[in-house]
Amino acid sequence: MSFDDAYDALTDHDDDTRWAYGTGFADPLAGVPTIVPDGVEPADLVAYCLMLGDDALVMSHRLQQWVTRAPELEDEMALANIGLDLLGQARLLLSRAGEVEQAGFEQAGVAQGGGTARDEDALAYLRDPGDFRNVRLAERADEDFAHLVARLLVFATWRLALLDRLTGSRDPILAAIGAKGVKEATYHREYAAGWVVRLGDGTDLSHTRMRAAVDAVEPLAGELFVPHAIELRLTAAGVAVDPSALREEYDAVLAEVHRVAALPPPPPIEAATGGAGRDGVHGPELVEILTEMQELARAVPGGVW
Amino acid sequence: MSDEIRHEWPLFEVFVRAKRGLNHVHVGSLRAADHPMALHHARDLYTRRNEGVSIWVVRSDDVVSSGPDDKDAFFAPSGDKAYRHPTYYSIPDSVPHI
Repeated sequence: MSFDDAYDALTDHDDDTRWAYGTGFADPLAGVPTIVPDGVEPADLVAYCLMLGDDALVMSHRLQQWVTRAPELEDEMALANIGLDLLGQARLLLSRAGEVEQAGFEQAGVAQGGGTARDEDALAYLRDPGDFRNVRLAERADEDFAHLVARLLVFATWRLALLDRLTGSRDPILAAIGAKGVKEATYHREYAAGWVVRLGDGTDLSHTRMRAAVDAVEPLAGELFVPHAIELRLTAAGVAVDPSALREEYDAVLAEVHRVAALPPPPPIEAATGGAGRDGVHGPELVEILTEMQELARAVPGGVW
Repeated sequence: MSDEIRHEWPLFEVFVRAKRGLNHVHVGSLRAADHPMALHHARDLYTRRNEGVSIWVVRSDDVVSSGPDDKDAFFAPSGDKAYRHPTYYSIPDSVPHI
């Protein structure tokens, strides 16, 4: 329509990052080169993509479990949207892991006979719990809605800080995933913070329950800031983000949300001993998630519909 | 917070503007505790498929509407007044976009 152009001048093309959806479909990886940056061990980069991808995949599954359980239809949609955002990030990251794995096989050369890299589905559906590298915060089951929003606040605040720094990665794909994820995580954090404030600064009952939820969930933040050896190597190579550098931003955001929510200041985070989840050490909760998530794919290998 | 505890959130009407320069169009309604929450819910319910660049939410209580009983007095009188329509006049060929 010709009059669309007349109004085009009125359009401000600034992205409002509060909204995760743009005004046109766009492939976040369009035109982004897929090369593996030099000086990087492919196996390290595969593992790093799995760390960030598994965080998103497992957290997404927990959010999906809230569909039909949420207190209001409107919030059910919000949680499903957040879960879908994270599933989208997981797909990109697991696909990147498979792509780099393939590059690694090719680099290793013909002598070893090469190999077949796994695609995103193989990585999501056919790995055992011990091969998942997500932080344990992501797999935690939510006792109630307050626990969920407390956990989502911790997760989204940490992930937003991480993705924001990932935009400067020397790996072009990780940088592009970071740029896409920042807009999404901004909304996730806003949603979670909004509910923590509402419930914390609500009635006596909601305050009590919100306080119990943050007391239960926030100590799990310890392992979020403990760098794994792979993260340190890749940070030195300019590809990854050192999670210990995210503490300052995280602490400031949490302190502010607690203040507005009339909750006591968050307890100081005690560094967890060893990055348990990052090393593949998980609780029964991840087994429960994977049993549900992988059941069909394992029962009907290669099945499509 | 007020001491009054409601067991059901109030209803809001949602208007979404698809692109700059066009007008906001009523797309539906939702329940929320207050205006900021209504705006968030509207974003999650009605702009999931790139529908909008701007959202209005209005408390449904605040919408004043004509009732079915007013139909004749309100709308019927315009039925026979063809001169109110631009098609009643002949338009010169040189005038575009009518």
